[in-house]
This record gives sequence, structure tokens and C-alpha cells, in this order.
Amino acid sequence: MEKKRVIVTVIGEDRVGIIAAVAEVLAKYQVNILDISQTILQDFFTMMMIVDISKSTVSLQALQDILKTLGEQIGMQIHAQHEDIFRFMHRI
Amino acid sequence: MALNYSAEEIMQTIRMVQAENLDIRTITMGISLRDCCHEEMSVASRKVFDKICKKAEKLVATGEAISREYGIPIINKRISVTPISMIGESCANGSYVELAVALDKAAQETGVNFIGGFSALVHKGYTSGDRRLIDAIPQAMAETDRVCSSINIGTTKAGINMDAVCQMGHVIKKTAELTKDRDAIGCAKLVVFCNAPEDNPFMAGSFHGVGEPETVINVGVSGPGVVLAAIRNHPEWDFNTLASVIKRTAFKITRMGELVGREAGRRLDMPFGIVDLSLAPTPAIGDSVADILEAMGLERVGGHGTTAALAMLNDAVKKGGAMASSNVGGLSGAFIPISEDAGMIRAVEEGALCLDKLEAMTCVCSVGLDMFAVPGDTTAEVISAIIADEAAIGMINKKTTAVRILPVPGKKVGDQVEFGGLLGRAPVMPLHPYDPGIFVKRGGRIPAPICALTN
Repeated sequence: MEKKRVIVTVIGEDRVGIIAAVAEVLAKYQVNILDISQTILQDFFTMMMIVDISKSTVSLQALQDILKTLGEQIGMQIHAQHEDIFRFMHRI
Repeated sequence: MALNYSAEEIMQTIRMVQAENLDIRTITMGISLRDCCHEEMSVASRKVFDKICKKAEKLVATGEAISREYGIPIINKRISVTPISMIGESCANGSYVELAVALDKAAQETGVNFIGGFSALVHKGYTSGDRRLIDAIPQAMAETDRVCSSINIGTTKAGINMDAVCQMGHVIKKTAELTKDRDAIGCAKLVVFCNAPEDNPFMAGSFHGVGEPETVINVGVSGPGVVLAAIRNHPEWDFNTLASVIKRTAFKITRMGELVGREAGRRLDMPFGIVDLSLAPTPAIGDSVADILEAMGLERVGGHGTTAALAMLNDAVKKGGAMASSNVGGLSGAFIPISEDAGMIRAVEEGALCLDKLEAMTCVCSVGLDMFAVPGDTTAEVISAIIADEAAIGMINKKTTAVRILPVPGKKVGDQVEFGGLLGRAPVMPLHPYDPGIFVKRGGRIPAPICALTN
């Protein structure tokens, strides 16, 4: 099955358990993490994940809502966007 | 598998959307109504309504879905249609207002906020349908909320139809009068063009040209805030560096439009027409073309140097944008409306920007004298002369120019006109007091210029 790649970004103040919390939710809905990178950008903890949602049990829109709610709970900003927006903007 | 994008790249995209107001300004579906003609006005109106509702049924929902999946706001979903003067031409009786009302209802039904195409192309002369449509404009603008009207009164190839220019002065005055309880908002939906493009997705001048396919998706991008953020705080850059940064930024903005246009066309099963890579400001702070010009090093927009700054900005945006899309069209340049740009409003209020300088600016940017308020007692002849001046710039320079003027009844110089939303607010600007009456009433056409003889 063709992969459907989505980029998840998590931004906020660094603390224990951010990756664990996000990964737990993704696992629950069968979203496969393909790659993770994290860094401190302009004093903010910034984590980026490429995930594959082709086997996800929820739609991208539902996943966006779930991650948004999670972000509110743990005090982080979480976005999930289709990979193409980054591909179009930054790759020719 | 490696992460294909750097943290900086990903954060740049997110920052553009969240902090710098990057958005897709509009997805505009063009719909041909050429098969909706009928002898009975009521039947033609029903056919128009039915066809628009059928074709655009999924437009708004599709736009919203794309917006969510990519995480990029798509502000407006809109429709443009074949110039309505042609559609009502076969109707023996009845008023064109009925067609305007049908368009308005179709816009409501499909959930779009504007529908463009209550239009006529009269640059070389009128047909009977053109006359009936133009006569119906004031009432149509007063009785509808979402219908936009545009009239093309000149082209480089045909010259300027001065009969139409003269008439449009009166039509604009009457439209203002009929909508005076709402600060002449009818005039905000009425634009007079020279060299009108057939694939422009931006209102109020959008219509579906006769050379266009049955249906098409055109996209208008925005992003003055992104360009501003890229060049702000760099007085040390020379012009080559400045132009290069603007080009690269415009490229990225336009890529968003290309992506959204392709995707919308695919999902709606219709061809993707063009990306219009205009920098379209909004009244939001930081989303201003004027602010970009000031960030280039001008104390105030409207001062000396403004025309040169705008020329460079406009050209760099086009160069970057043209590389980013397979099809660029529409107006494609920097918009400089007064009421929709906080920096332009400020410049007018401070007396830094006058109408004469604005006219000079329109020589080097995409559109024209746009969304500016003038005193309510401005005569139809003066309005016609303003249109003639602007059309002449377009005709000679082989570019699109337009006038969207707001002669607001009861208002005088220094007063404010408040529309709210994307239309913003406009300070009433002074005009020259001299009478151009004899000139604009001569009648006939200003002949096509020598530069039209290109064959």
C-alpha cells in the first residue's frame, strides 16, 4: 500500500515525556513513525516527525483534532500537515 | 529513511502561515454559462442558478478539506461566470437585475462569499445586451450582496470607448446613491477595467472569459506579510540582494498556490487554470504592501521613491512566481488598494499619499486605482475622467488597469468610510477641482495606440 506521509510538528517548552505522549497517541491509531528529529529553535523545543498514516484507523482530519487536543493537555502546539506542502515549498 | 526537510525549512513554513499571514487568498471556480441563454429572462435565470449550484456544489467543502490537510488557510472560495451581458442578450423582455439576483442566490446556496461576472466587455462598442446590463448595474448592486460587476471599457488593441467611460461615471454615481445607507458599498463591488484579464480569480473584477473552458479552477495567492518579514531590518542590503530575497520568497508563496490549485482541480475534476501571484494585502497589521515599500527604506509610502520601490517589488515578485508555477495568469502583481491595506490607509491619513502619486504607482504595478473613497459631491464627469486617465495608462503600457472608486454620499475630505472585514476602511481623499466635462462628453473612441500595431 502506498505511504501517505504527514509531518507532525511539536513546538513548546521542553519537558519530560513529550515524545512519549505524542508517540503513544500515534501508536494508538496505528500511525507509523518513519523518522523523528528534535532541536531547540529560537529557545523552543521543536520536534518534527514524518509519519505514515496509510494504515491509520482515523482520517487525517480526525488525527489533527486528536493531536490538537493532546497539545492543549501537555501545553505544546502540535500540527499535522500533509507532506506535500513542505515538498512544494522547499524542493524543486 | 531520512527526514527530508531541515528543521529550519519546516519551521519557516509554519511561521509563514502562523505569524506572517501567508494564505491562499482565493480559490475561484470559473463556470461557463454560455448554455444558459433563453428567450425568457425567468428561464435563463433559473438555468444560471441551476448550473452554478451543480458545478460548484462541492467547491467550499473541497477548499476547506484542502486547507485542513495542508495546514494552510484558504480564505475565500469564489465563483466567476461568463460575462452576463451575453447570457441575457437573447431575452426579449425582463431586467438584468433578475439575473443578478439569480447569481446572488447561487452564491448563497453554494456558500461562496462573492460571485463575479455581472460584466460586459464594451471596449469597442455596445451590443444591446451590454447596454441593458450596464443600465441594470446600480439596482443589481443595491439588491444583491455577493454579486460583483466589472466593465471593460478599453484595450490596447481597441482603444478606449469614451462613450462607456462617460456612462460609467453616471453608473458609479447612481450605484453609490442606491447604496448610500451602507457607505456606497455597491461601488466596492464594481470595477472598470482596461485590458481586463479573462482568468483573474480576484474580486471584484473576476469573470470567466469567453476563451476559457467549460469550468476551471484559478487560484490567487497572497503573502505581503511573508515578503515583509523576509526583507525587514536589512538596510544594508543592496538592490540585487533585496530583489533576490523577494524572488525566493515569491517562489515559495506561489508554490503554495500551485499545490492548492492542482489539488483542488483534481478533487473537483476540472482543469486547473492559473495561479495569480499577486501580493494581495488585507487590513490586518503586517499584511500590507505599503509596509514592504517602507521596509525598503521609504519613510512613508507616497513619498518620492515610492514608484521605484513598487516597480522593483512587483518585478521581483513576478520573476520568483513565474518560476514556481506551470501557469501564471490573472492580474499577477502587487495590489495597492487603499481601504484594504493598513499602511496605505495610514499614508493617506497623514497626507503622505495623494491620488496623483497613487496613479503613478499604478503604472508599475498590476491593477489600478482601487478601493479609494472620494467626496460624495464628486461629479460623474470627474469620475469618468479618472477612469479615462487610468485606462490610458493601461492602454499605452499594454497592461491591466482598473478603477474601483467610492464616491460616498454625504462624505467629505477627511471623513472615514468603514466597510469592515476584507474591504476595510477608507479615508476620503481630495480630488482636483477642475471640470473635465467637455473632454469626457466628446463621445466616440480614443483610437488604439500605435503600439497596438504589432502584426
